[in-house]
Parts: sequence; C-alpha cells; structure tokens
Amino acid sequence: MSVQTWTFLFVGVTFGLYLVIAWLARVSDTKGFYVAGQGIPAAANGMATAADWMSAASFISMAGIISTLGYAGGMYLMGWTGGYVLLALLLAPYLRKFGHFTVPDFIGDRYHSNTARIVAVVCAIFVSFTYVAGQMRGVGIVFSRFLEVDVNVGVYIGVAIVFVYATLGGMKGITWTQVAQYWVLITAFLTPAIAISLQYTGAAIPQIGLGSELIGEGTALLEKLDQIHADLGFASYTEPFIGSWDKLNVFCVALALMAGTAGLPHVIVRFYTVKNVAAARWSAFWALLFIALLYLTAPAIGAFARYAMLDGLHGKTEAQLPEWFHSWEQTGLILWLDDGDGALSYTGTASNEIFRSGNLGTAQVAQIKQDHEQWLRGEASGRDGRAVLRQAGLSGPDRDIIVLATPEMAGLAAWIIAFVAAGGLAAALSTASGLLLVISSSVAHDIYFRIVNTEATEGQRLLVGRAVIGVAVIVAGFLGIYPPGFVSQVVAFAFGLAAASFFPVIVLGIFSRRVGTVPAIAGMIAGIGFTAIYILGSVYGGWSHWAFGIGPQGIGVVGMALNFLVTLTLTPFFPAPDQSIQDLILSIREPEGAGPGLNIDRSVEAD
Amino acid sequence: MSDVADTRQKEAIDRYWKRNIITMVILLVIWAVAGLGAGILFADKLNAFSIGGIPLGFWFAQQGSILVFVMLILVYAIVLNRLDKRHHEELEAVRGAKA
Repeated sequence: MSVQTWTFLFVGVTFGLYLVIAWLARVSDTKGFYVAGQGIPAAANGMATAADWMSAASFISMAGIISTLGYAGGMYLMGWTGGYVLLALLLAPYLRKFGHFTVPDFIGDRYHSNTARIVAVVCAIFVSFTYVAGQMRGVGIVFSRFLEVDVNVGVYIGVAIVFVYATLGGMKGITWTQVAQYWVLITAFLTPAIAISLQYTGAAIPQIGLGSELIGEGTALLEKLDQIHADLGFASYTEPFIGSWDKLNVFCVALALMAGTAGLPHVIVRFYTVKNVAAARWSAFWALLFIALLYLTAPAIGAFARYAMLDGLHGKTEAQLPEWFHSWEQTGLILWLDDGDGALSYTGTASNEIFRSGNLGTAQVAQIKQDHEQWLRGEASGRDGRAVLRQAGLSGPDRDIIVLATPEMAGLAAWIIAFVAAGGLAAALSTASGLLLVISSSVAHDIYFRIVNTEATEGQRLLVGRAVIGVAVIVAGFLGIYPPGFVSQVVAFAFGLAAASFFPVIVLGIFSRRVGTVPAIAGMIAGIGFTAIYILGSVYGGWSHWAFGIGPQGIGVVGMALNFLVTLTLTPFFPAPDQSIQDLILSIREPEGAGPGLNIDRSVEAD
Repeated sequence: MSDVADTRQKEAIDRYWKRNIITMVILLVIWAVAGLGAGILFADKLNAFSIGGIPLGFWFAQQGSILVFVMLILVYAIVLNRLDKRHHEELEAVRGAKA
C-alpha cells in the first residue's frame, strides 16, 4: 500500500476512535462540559495533560527546530519542561484547593474585582488564540503533505475537522480522548525514532544513539554533524551561543517559556479535574513523565534528521535526489533553485540553493522561479532567485516538515510514515480542543455568566460556549493561514504573553497577602501591553530588538519583570485585601479542612 | 481551653506553611541550577567535558535538565503529600484536645 492509502487508514481509524470515545463519554450539563467529574485518576489525568500540552509545536515543530538550531533548540526543551516544575510547585496544588473553573475566576476572586476578571479573560483569550493558530498551521502542514495539496488548503481542511471535533464532545470526552491521543502521538513519535537510531547507530534507545558512532563512518554522530556543519559553513551543532542565539536570548526565551507554561490556562484547568490536592501533585508528576518521553527523544530525532538531510541532499543531482524531497517540494515547504551546475548545494553560505516559500503566495514563488530561469540563461530580465529568497529570510527548508519527513528520509516503511501523520494530527487536535474549551469557558463562564447574565441557565451557557467555539475555530483558521512565524515560534509568543500577564499575579495572589487589586491590574496591563506591542513591532513593524537586544520570543521575560515591578511598586500605596480575601488566601495555602470545599460542583454553585 | 487549641491550630498551620516554603525553595534552587545554570549559563564551559559521547553542556540543555525536572516533581509530590499527612495528624490532635 502507498503512503497515502496508509495515511487515510490511520487518520480515519484514529479519528473514528476519538469520536467514539467522545460520544461514549458525552455529557450534556455544563459541569461536565468544562471540568469533567471528579473521578479521573492522577495517571490518566497526567496522560491527558501531556496530550493537551504536547501540541503540534512539540510534535511537528520542536525536533525540526532543534535540528536547525542545534544547541539553541534546547531552550524550547528546557523552557517547556522546566515550566512544568514551576506549575507543579507554585500553582497546581493551590489552584486545586481553590477549586474554581478557570484562571480568570481565581484572579477575579482573589483580587475581588470584575475589572481584574475581565483583564484576565482578555489575556486568556489572547494567549489561547495565539496558541490555537499554531495548531491550525500544524494540522494544515500534515494534510498538505499527505493529501498533496497546498498548505493553505490543508489549513481549511484542518479548520473543518477541528470544528466538528470540538463541538461534538464535552470535557469528559476530552479527557479520555486525550488519553487515547497521547498513546497515538507517543507511539507515532517513538517508532520512527527507534527505527532511525537502529539504522544509523545500532542503538535501540535513541537517547543513546545520539551519543553513539555512526555505522560505517567510525565517527560519533554529533562529531560528524559538527564536522559537516563546519565544512558547509553552518554554525556548530553542539557549541552554544553562536550566531543570533547569544546567551542572553537563549536565557530569556527559556525563562519566558518556563513562566509562560505556568500561566497557560488550558494546562492549569487540568488540575481542577483531580479529586484532591495530593492527586493534583501526582498528576503533575505523571504529566511531566509522559511529556519527558517525547521531549527526551526529540533531540535524537533532530540530530538524525539533520544528518539525513545534509547527507541526502548536498551534492546530489536531480536524478539522485531522494523521493521524499519531491513529495515535499509540492507543498512549497522546501524549494531548490540551482545555480546551473545541476548539483544541489545546501550550505550556510551564499552558495546555498535550498529555500522555503514561507508566506509567499504560489504566484510569487512561480515568478521568482521564472526570473531565476531567465537569470540562469543570462537574460537581462532575469534575477537570481537565491538572492531574493535569501534576503526575504527564507534560506533552508521549512523546519516544520522535518519530523514528518524524517521517516521518509531514513527510508522507513510506508505505514510508519503514515502513522507519524496520524500522531501529528492527534497532537494538534488534543491541544486545539483543550484550548477552544478554555476560550469558550472564559467567555461563557467568566464573562457571560459572571458578568453579563448572572441568571443564565445551563442551556444558555452551553449555547454561548458552543457558539464561541465556532467563532474561535474560524478566527484561528484565519491565523493559521497567515501565521506570524513558524509553529513553535507562534507558540513561543503565546507563552511570552502568558508569562507577562498571568504568572506574576497568580504567584503573588497565592504567596503574598498584601498585594491588592489596583497594583495587580496595573501590573497585568503593563506586562501584556508591553510584550504584545514589542512582539507586533518586531514581527510586523520591523523594529530592531531595542530592549537589550532581546528578540520577540524572549521578551515575555522583560514583560514579566515589568509586571512584577509595577505590581510591587504600587502595592504599598494601595490597601491590602480585606478580611474575606485574607481568609481565602489562608484557605488556599492549607490542604487541610478542604472537605466539601474541594468539591468543584459545590464551589461553583455557591457563586 | 478553646483559646489554647486555637493558638495551637494556628501554630500548626504556620509550621506547615513554613515547611512547605522551605521544601519549595530548595527544589527551585535545584531547578535553577540544573536548567538555567548547567543548561544555559555554564553550557559553554561544561561542553569541555562529555557524557556518553555527548558534550556535557549540550547534554544538560537537551537531556539532563529534563531528567532533573522529572525527579524534582516526583520528590515534591512525595515530600509534600507526606507533609500533608503529618499536618493532618497534628490538626487532629489539636481538635481532639479541643473536644
């Protein structure tokens, strides 16, 4: 069977599985829709959190980014896993004790202010949208390759699927579906990794393969990579802080991702679903353990893919080029503009002939190719397409294809290649549905029920929630077609925004009894405002990185510092929270005496 | 009698919170040293050494730090859940005295 047939089979079967689970677990009341009952075991909740958490960015984009950046790719690994530690230690048990639906709920209650609640809802929606956009782009890439269509058509298909999918199941469905999705995505990630590691180094464990000698080469993989990189003019693979990724930027991006993790609303909401504070802690452990399985494997895939790509492309003629190159060429995610010698040159210098189409339209790319042909023939109207694309910053293949293409590069069986597509889809779907749920609960619960119509019936709230999901999917699809960057970069922006807005106010809300309403709101606005303007200015406005040379991905750290600074500076001038809030803080800090207070249903009804 | 019990209950809660904070700070220091320290700030220097064929700074950034993070949460869950249990027993004792 061909790769395409296998893909249809796997995608069809896994998708059917998710829908069946969602249907079996379907619940019609709001409580079930937002936070599934209380009976989810910590390990299953951990697995669902891991699936929720590991998005298309983790699955499709991360190993690709490591493959391209080498050492600096580690900032994503450290950022996302290190953030989990902050989440588990600083937030999870306390928010679980608090026991309300959403993060804005906590902020609204703790700072006793609807203004704070609205600012938090706006932040949550903003962050979630940025993140969902990344997922849509990921789904689009999967479909574009396997249905052999343009990446934008892939995004349309993805939008339709996510929409049907997200409106069908409730949260109860989502938890168990996500458990299934975790298994699909982790198996799909590990299978090719093990196969490639065996093929290149003979080590069955990819993490050991990473440090092993290449079969038939007599040199270690990483040593060989450093050597090839030096020969072709790329920056070293293992040496840190070369080129644009200096120590400060790597540090800032890692820290922004860490603090942002702790502020991501769709991950936090997961901790409300376990039965008590102790289970929330165990759930955090299981989640990180399951996440680490993928995160520890990604560096191995990244290194093997880098080797396979350089080895498979550089110096080859049209006839010698591997099959996978041609399949991906159709998507526009990898382009070859020859200098006329007929041999492909993939280097880190001006002689590079490998590019990607990025945000350019099909017509623009065709024009560049045509001009390039004319230039090759020496016609005056021609233009060197390589220079054009290099100037547009489009050197090298699209990083997002690397994980999907790796099994093809290594010549693995067709069914493995197709299985990876199903895995990528599982990763994107699980995260997208989790996020859409946060967006809809933020609007339906925090705005509609708590502020607009406090008398709303469950039916009305559910209807608002579903409508919001519909609108959200369409907006996110639009963002997926016009993305402001690579999947994992888009996601990094979301984390930066979360770090700059939520993290300081939640942490201070738990660990300080002094911080009052006005300083917290001022801090949140200052943090997210600064970060959002800086990111937009850098990505669209062509700003230089004027804040200490920190790029848009790491700027969330500065926004977070600003948030802390504004909040703490203003605190002495404003009153401390009143007695009822003081009691609330003390009760959050205390795992004891929870009793019925731990029951989500009752705490919601009590409002 | 009730006043004494209230004071003792408050002391127990304060003691629990203090122990919680100490545990958390210790774990966060390890977190910072392994992730931000070994993985980033000292990565260039650590690359002079190697582990299993992988330069050490590079290894910390892409493997070691993650392993440490998983261990940290495991330790946190075990220590804190034990602390919770002890705290529960202390409170029970206080409540017993109250009754």
